[in-house]
This record gives sequence, structure tokens and C-alpha cells, in this order.
Amino acid sequence: MKNPVMTASGTFGYGTEYSDFFDISRIGGIVVKGITLRNREGNAYPRMAETPSGMLNAVGLQNRGIDHFIKHIYPEIKNVNTNIFVNVNGSTVEEYIEVAEKVNDLDKIPGIELNISCPNVKEGGMAFGVSCPAAATVVREVRKVYSRELMVKLSPNVTSIAEIARVVEDEGADSISLINTLLGMAIDAESRKPMLSTVTGGLSGPAIKPVALRMVWQVAQEVKIPVVGMGGIMNARDAIEFFLAGASAVQIGTANFIDPTVSMKVLEGIEDYLNRHKFSSIYEIIGAMTI
Amino acid sequence: MKKFILDLIVKENEHINEHYFVLKLTSNDKLPDMLPGQFVEIKVENSPTTFLRRPISVNFYDKELNELWLLIQIVGDGTRKLSEVQTGDTLNLILPLGNTFSIPKDKNARLLLIGGGVGFAPMLFLGAYLNDLGYNCEFLLGGRSEANMVQLNEFKRYGEVYTTTEDGSMGEKGYVTQHSLLQKKQFDMIYTCGPTPMMQAVASYAHKRNIACEVSLENMMACGFGTCLCCVTDTVDGNLCVCTEGPVFNITKLKWQI
Repeated sequence: MKNPVMTASGTFGYGTEYSDFFDISRIGGIVVKGITLRNREGNAYPRMAETPSGMLNAVGLQNRGIDHFIKHIYPEIKNVNTNIFVNVNGSTVEEYIEVAEKVNDLDKIPGIELNISCPNVKEGGMAFGVSCPAAATVVREVRKVYSRELMVKLSPNVTSIAEIARVVEDEGADSISLINTLLGMAIDAESRKPMLSTVTGGLSGPAIKPVALRMVWQVAQEVKIPVVGMGGIMNARDAIEFFLAGASAVQIGTANFIDPTVSMKVLEGIEDYLNRHKFSSIYEIIGAMTI
Repeated sequence: MKKFILDLIVKENEHINEHYFVLKLTSNDKLPDMLPGQFVEIKVENSPTTFLRRPISVNFYDKELNELWLLIQIVGDGTRKLSEVQTGDTLNLILPLGNTFSIPKDKNARLLLIGGGVGFAPMLFLGAYLNDLGYNCEFLLGGRSEANMVQLNEFKRYGEVYTTTEDGSMGEKGYVTQHSLLQKKQFDMIYTCGPTPMMQAVASYAHKRNIACEVSLENMMACGFGTCLCCVTDTVDGNLCVCTEGPVFNITKLKWQI
């Protein structure tokens, strides 16, 4: 990667939605909106609720399916000069395998992010990311069919994130990204109704940053493969904290909604920080928190 | 249309009453072109409880004056904070967002623009725009009471204005769909923006009489430019983003029970 700043799945579309705002090839990596084997309409409206320092979403992996991606979206984005990762989802292990196989044939996609952590689907999704045996199975089977970079995105909705990370590394993942959203809910007191059609949804934004930072730190200590940190990063200072906790790269998520150019500001802010503290490269601050 | 992120200057913050205000914004540079129905996403500074931008419909755009108006109803902390901005302050906006209304080919088409509450906002710009293009239009505006009946003098510049209020404090008493105008006159096209039940009632009226009808939806959204997929509405083509495929939809596309 040209730099360690990526954009998180579900917050950056397929990249082109942002090309009015800046040159998206400057980003280190773009993780596109989660893709499933078949078309998914997602959950009913309302799917979003603003919460203190964050938001809940219950989109439910709305997408047109992998074949539509290959036919209509891939040709549009394959020549963007950055690393485009496909976020792969499934209701069953077989579906994960089938999507991964199809992505394996796409020359300009250097890697996938295996999403075993979506909290907003009835079947599959997070179910694979909250149990060690289930996570082991899906990573092992996808590893067999997928030859490029296999990044696995973990759910924070677990008792021991380090245990899941260990299993994922043992089964052949090349890197780990975390955290996906935290399961949460919001109620409208006046109407006495849930704010989301699904009642519960995934919490993102600065509200979850301390949890994310803690989990990145725990996972970075547990595994040898690179860790990609995310969760509430709004600016360069937030990103630096993730590097210090042990992340080798970061993903910017919800902040893209508020400032579409935030990833460039984070990138520039990291460079300023390195210069100011006289570090010659980002590698010098990875895991550099001193206790 | 290309989208921009711009710092605009507050030329005037006109408080209409305790519920509504109009922000008149300008820029030292030329504002991007905007179409009726389109909206902006405003960043609200210094409001800790306001995390996301606020989507606000374009109320009026004057190319010559290089001026953009936003009619805003105070509903929560974000809009309250916006109501406090002063002349000379800057606000960060993403614009223009969303689609626009369709314009009939026939210049003699009988056009009715129905607004309810803060849904007046895009109807003013649409009326002005239609007028510029040489169309005649009429406005049917409704609100809970007189306090909701804003910008009537502006509307009158672009066509006949009919009013209803639920409490009878102005115009005919009742809902817009109960106004006598709808019994007396025939229309070829109806445009509407307002609370969903009102728009559904208007859509039902139009549908039963085979009148073309477009509604402007205001679903909650996180981004405003098609990436969060939060603002969807159920259509005959599946869930579509109100921010990019809308906010204007023909009623034949929506799965409303009308």
C-alpha cells in the first residue's frame, strides 16, 4: 500500500461516489461496500439513528450481488490507482466460498476483507465472528479458494477478541481488521417505538473509539499478522492512537459521511505528526505505546 | 451534477417566528448551479449532540444575486444551533445533492404545487423556476396553524396562493386535500412536499384522478450522497436511496398504498 490510510466498508460506497470531492487514488486502500452472493434488498427503513457521538445503522448488507459487481462496478473502479478490497459476506460458509472464488478471478482486486462481523443480518454475518469454531471454519474454507490478501474483519461483540483473532491467524488469514460495529439500540421515548426497523443495529462513530482501541491493542499483542484498526476515527490524532496501540494501518468509516475528504486530512495529519516527532516512517510508531 | 464541499457566508439569518428561520447564504465565488428539489448537507458546529450533517432542501436559489436560501424548522439541537448563526459566519455545506422535479413539455400545463409545514421549502424554488421557464403555477399551502404559514409573500410572486390550516387560523380549515380548490379546478401535474401522511393523501387524490404527481421525500440520512444506504424508500425497483435516486419520486414508483 502507498500509505496506511484506508476507507471502511459501507462508508465509502465503491469509491467513485467520492471522486467529486478528491482524487480517491490517494487513499492507501478502499474497502468497498459489503457484497453477497445474491442481490439483497437490506432491511426496511428506518435504518439509521443518530446517537451521542455516533450513529446506529441497520442497513443489512444491501447490495446487488457479486455478479452485478463484476459486470457493472468492477470495470468502473479497476483502474483506480489504489488497493481495492472487496468486503465478502455470506449467510453460509458455501456462500462465502463462492463469492471469494469469484473475487479471486479479478486481477485488479489485491485482497478481500472477509466480513464475519455484520450485526444486521438474520443469518450468517456476525454469527461466524462470535464463535471460535465458526470463525475457524469459514476462514479455513475461504483460505483454500482465495490466493491473494485475506483480511478478516472481526466483531467486537465477543467476550475475548484475542481468542477469535488467534483462531483466525491460525487458519491462514493474512491480516485482521477490527472493529466492526457494536450491537446497540435506540428507543424514541415519545412514540415508545424502536428507532430502527430491526430494533437493534450497529453502533459506529467516536462513541466506540475507546472500545476499538482496546481491542486493537489486545489483538496486536496476540497475533503476528498485521492488524488494521478502525472504530470512530475522526482525525489524524485518533488514527495515531490506533498505530500506537499496534495497528499497521487504519480504516476511516463513519467520519466519511460528515467530511468526505477526511481520509486525506488524516493522511496529511499523520505525516505532520511523524515530522513533528522526528520519526522517519510510520513503522516506528506501530505498537509504540509505552506503559 | 458535480458535488462540492463549500464554506458559504451567512448573508442574513431571517427569523420568521419561533419555529422557522431562513438562512440566506452566499459566497465570494460563484455558487454551483442548483435545481428545485435538490438539497444541501450542512455541518453544524459547536453542537455536541449533533453528530451528522443536516440535510436541508434548497428553498430558493438566485443565480444573479449569488444567493442560496434555506428554510429551516427548529426541531432539535442541530437546527436550534443553526438558528443562532449570525451574518458573516461561515457554514460548511455539501451541495447540490439529489435529483429534481420533472417539467412537463406543455407550457400550458396546469400545475399545482402543494406544500405542508417545512415542506414549503422546495415548493418556493420550484415555483420560481417554473415561472422563469414560462409556466403558470398555483400553490396550495397548508399547516397546523398560522405560525406554520411562512413565506406567503414570496410565493405570491410566482402564482395564486391558496391556504389551509388545521385549526382554521388562516385560509380554509382542514387539510390541504380538503381544500375547495381541488373540487373546483382540474390540474395536469401536482408537485408536493410535506409530512408523509399529507403527501400520501395528495398522492391518493392525484392517483384517483390520473394526475401526474411527484413527491419530495425527506427520509433520515447519514451521508446525503449515496454511500450509507440509510435513507432508502421502498420502490417498484427495490430499496432506493432518497438522497441520490430522489428526493423527488413519481408516485407510480413508490409502493404507497394509495
